[in-house]
Amino acid sequence: MSPTNTDFILAVEGLTVSFDGFKAVNDLNFYVDKNEIRVVIGPNGAGKTTVLDLICGRTQATSGSIKFKNRELTRMSEPNIVKAGVGRKFQNPSVYTDLTVFENLEISYPSGRSVFGCLAFKRSPEVIARIEEVAERIFLSDQLYTQADLLSHGQKQWLEIGMLLIQKPELLMLDEPVAGMSVAERRQTAVLLREIAKEHTMIVIEHDMQFVAEIAHKVTVLHQGRILAEGSPDKVKHDPKVIEVYLGH
Amino acid sequence: MPFNTFKEYMSRQDVLAFAVLALLLLVVFPLSLDILRLNQVGKFLSFAFVAVGLVLCWGYGGILSLGQGVFYGLGGYAMAMYLKLEASSPENTSIQSTPGIPDFMDWNRITELPWFWVPFNSLTVALIAIVVVPAVFAYLIGFAMFKRRVSGVYFAIITQSIAAIMTILIIGQQGLTGGVNGITDLRTLKGWEINTDFASYVFYFVCVAMLFVCLFIAQFIRMSKVGKILIAMRGQEDRVRFSGYDIANFKIFVFCVGAAFAGIGGAMFTLQEGFMSPSFVGIVPSIEMVIFCAVGGRLSLPGAVYGALLVNIAKTTFGEAFPQLWLFAMGLIFIGVVLALPNGVAGVYNTFFARPVDALMARVLGRDKTRNTLTVPEQGVTS
Repeated sequence: MSPTNTDFILAVEGLTVSFDGFKAVNDLNFYVDKNEIRVVIGPNGAGKTTVLDLICGRTQATSGSIKFKNRELTRMSEPNIVKAGVGRKFQNPSVYTDLTVFENLEISYPSGRSVFGCLAFKRSPEVIARIEEVAERIFLSDQLYTQADLLSHGQKQWLEIGMLLIQKPELLMLDEPVAGMSVAERRQTAVLLREIAKEHTMIVIEHDMQFVAEIAHKVTVLHQGRILAEGSPDKVKHDPKVIEVYLGH
Repeated sequence: MPFNTFKEYMSRQDVLAFAVLALLLLVVFPLSLDILRLNQVGKFLSFAFVAVGLVLCWGYGGILSLGQGVFYGLGGYAMAMYLKLEASSPENTSIQSTPGIPDFMDWNRITELPWFWVPFNSLTVALIAIVVVPAVFAYLIGFAMFKRRVSGVYFAIITQSIAAIMTILIIGQQGLTGGVNGITDLRTLKGWEINTDFASYVFYFVCVAMLFVCLFIAQFIRMSKVGKILIAMRGQEDRVRFSGYDIANFKIFVFCVGAAFAGIGGAMFTLQEGFMSPSFVGIVPSIEMVIFCAVGGRLSLPGAVYGALLVNIAKTTFGEAFPQLWLFAMGLIFIGVVLALPNGVAGVYNTFFARPVDALMARVLGRDKTRNTLTVPEQGVTS
């Protein structure tokens, strides 16, 4: 199989991964446009998180191709995939609880990533300005010197989004970004994500259908490692197959 | 320099802790102890090098190595090999069947200096080897382990096995290494007697000076972005990896730094005690070194020095009275520290004294305006 080059920012073709014979993702094809917010939904075990793991290199594909700006990702190491411009937020907010918000963002700043680069890394005015700018976007300006452990669950989610933003990735992958958030926080997050989409492309995994409808340009429904339906939020919502396996009657 | 201000390199508390330690080691001990005791303190301080390295590896990096004795031994043997060759000049060894080689080689019917001994005729080579040999060996182990993502208990067991193998190797190759007795009977350094009281004083101060060099380097690493990456890595390895860092390289780096520090410590031991033997290489001494670090507090650099001093003082006083019981006592100390004082002596200071001392300094020196100093985590950390 020879995947062809496309205009899509992300082109996934024939992607399969099998764990001891169980195909968690089975011959998956999907394409994401630049500056699109793509939401992936599906019942538990549908393979949503596995797809993100495959794209960011955490899991090796059994076969198939993942092309990001026409560069093959399946053979690249995780740090190189990050450097190519793919950022990933994990399902449970993964922030550095022993460090302050400032330090969390500082570590994520995309320079000095080698050991000796880190030894020479200086908190320059540009770095500080960029950290303050990102902190403002993620509503944490007043918490810069708070230890991340003391943030609320929702604030940790924002912080991790901020840690991705500071890297300026072209493709952001968010795994359940509003889990554990209050209604007000969800609304704020929806605004934030739409704002981010002006400069970045996003793949979001989410369960909350109201939130999905609020942010998604296009929805992909996964079921048992395959695509069940794809299209606008409205179309997917009324698809009888989707209602059958996921949304319920 | 990666720091904008001195305060980004050392907080006021750090300066105070370093100053108190310097006062103790450079003024109080030399003035209050006779040379015999001071020499003993110097020996204890040679273990502090290992403990300081372990603060970086274990406390910050979460890499528990149970084989630091290997690096301590490599540094110590590198120094001892040079001194032994100097002591084995053809004139000194004219009664041997092969003059000019170390006596234990002659006893083992070796007639020619083994190839790996030859470079140690040069002091320069020996001094470089003290740092480089342990670091390179650590690099090889680290590369093989960390690139394959071996960590935690598995890494600890592997390093422990290496310590065991190293001891067996040294003891088994008596003709090449001096065997179980080690390398003894060291006399001069460039013609200068090393067993005099005056030499003991000199070596003590050299040891303290080198220890502070290591402490300042460790402080640099701790406060640089590498230190923050290490803290970040401990809990969220994946998050660091997916922020574009190659985790293994950072682990290899601190492991090498820890090994180089241990090597310097070993060399300081050889100089002050006049011998090196496999009894500082194996499993028991390696675990002892981890206990020095745990007692001092595995997140505190000066704490590591106090840990090495305290445990060794206990060992000489209690251990000399009841040698059979010492290992049990040490086990109890370790269990006690892990259960009651997860951050060791430094943790006790941070909990009860840091705030009042800070307040006092603020009153005397004015407010500390550093708005963002690295918060040293107080919570227990898993290895």
